[in-house]
Amino acid sequence: MDTQESVSKEIADIHAGASGETQPRVDFPPYRSSILRHPTKDLRHADPEGAELVAPVFGHSDVDPLEADLTIQAGGEPIGERMRLRGRLLDGDGRPVRRQLVEIWQANAAGRYVHKRDQHPAPVDPNFTGVGRCLTDDDGTYEFVTIKPGPYPWRNHHNAWRPAHIHFSLFGTDFTQRMITQMYFPSDPLFALDPIYQSITDQRARDRLVATYDHDLSEHEWLMGYRWDIVLTGAHATQMEAEDDDA
Amino acid sequence: MPETVRDLTATPGQTIGPFFHYALPFDLDRELVPIGSPGSVRLHGRVYDGAGQPVPDALLEIRQADGSGDVPRVEGSLRRPGGDFTGWGRSSTDRTGRYWFSTVEPAPTGEGAAAFFTVTVFARGLLNRLFTRIYLPGDDAVLAADRLLAGLDDERRHSMVAEREPDGSLRFDVHLQGDRETVFLRYPGHEG
Repeated sequence: MDTQESVSKEIADIHAGASGETQPRVDFPPYRSSILRHPTKDLRHADPEGAELVAPVFGHSDVDPLEADLTIQAGGEPIGERMRLRGRLLDGDGRPVRRQLVEIWQANAAGRYVHKRDQHPAPVDPNFTGVGRCLTDDDGTYEFVTIKPGPYPWRNHHNAWRPAHIHFSLFGTDFTQRMITQMYFPSDPLFALDPIYQSITDQRARDRLVATYDHDLSEHEWLMGYRWDIVLTGAHATQMEAEDDDA
Repeated sequence: MPETVRDLTATPGQTIGPFFHYALPFDLDRELVPIGSPGSVRLHGRVYDGAGQPVPDALLEIRQADGSGDVPRVEGSLRRPGGDFTGWGRSSTDRTGRYWFSTVEPAPTGEGAAAFFTVTVFARGLLNRLFTRIYLPGDDAVLAADRLLAGLDDERRHSMVAEREPDGSLRFDVHLQGDRETVFLRYPGHEG
């Protein structure tokens, strides 16, 4: 297995030749699993039409409000730092994406997923599945209550650890805005070492995946608050709703 | 008043990772219509990596018009209450890289347009989502006139059209890399 030192050197060499990119590179060999799983031909320009202009529609019949609280899904209290995560989902023009589905999944406080492929010998928490869903409100705001996930080891290279993160699955108003990403926590010492995070070669772009601690979202003697806003690519379809409520 | 978000640069994507299977799949996620119901079609295929190996940890979503060319905007895309056709489905790949959907063939959404499924692909090892289209086979004149297909050479154009199998199903394989690499799309506003 490669050493962290050699992987970090590969990352540094790629970053030295990059500038101003806002999305991850799909061709990023320090993330070994990407080597055979990225296209090598240029993406083909397409003007969106038909179904591409319309995201699927979700509503209260799809999502129970209790699914936004990951701390109450089993019989007892999960172990770890209880936290609230709140933010806004916007399109590239700054319009809130309203009543849209947000799905999250994450490891528990010990860095273990409830997934049969996760062999990390850290404890499973019987009171924590790490799966949540919610709908954004009319202001594009989503909110989850959960447990802060732990970092965990993986086999990209020797002694490789993923920074703590929460996976987010997001829809906009167009289907072309569909995306999946990961949200990270401030000042994680693993950032510099992680080839998935570092596949985004620009520091300002990487910073967009990091939540901020928000003391106003913390609750006295109860939980810690984090804020993370999400911006999708621009919508192409004519907006179906009046834009009078951003004023 | 909500806090203003000043930076409107799109948030970066990241890989779906290996552990999405207990989170994203849902009951009947790949059955936009019941299997074998009148007018239904099976859309299926495999996802391959650059070495030709199947990808067992990919996730595909399709978005489509119905059989009249209307794109559904009905609530209930996770539960489909009352059997509504929502025009969206999700299929993870199995250990042999196979995905499948039970759906209807979309009709064109405009006069003279070609009919297609829009597809987004996620996988462990894939650092950002990919988009493609699966065109319906049959009407060669309409396919030849499609703006996207018209700009491709014969081989790549052919690769974007599903194959009609003897049992009537539609087959479409996704090649993330290699000689038979799928044509992946960039829409205006997407970096890359």
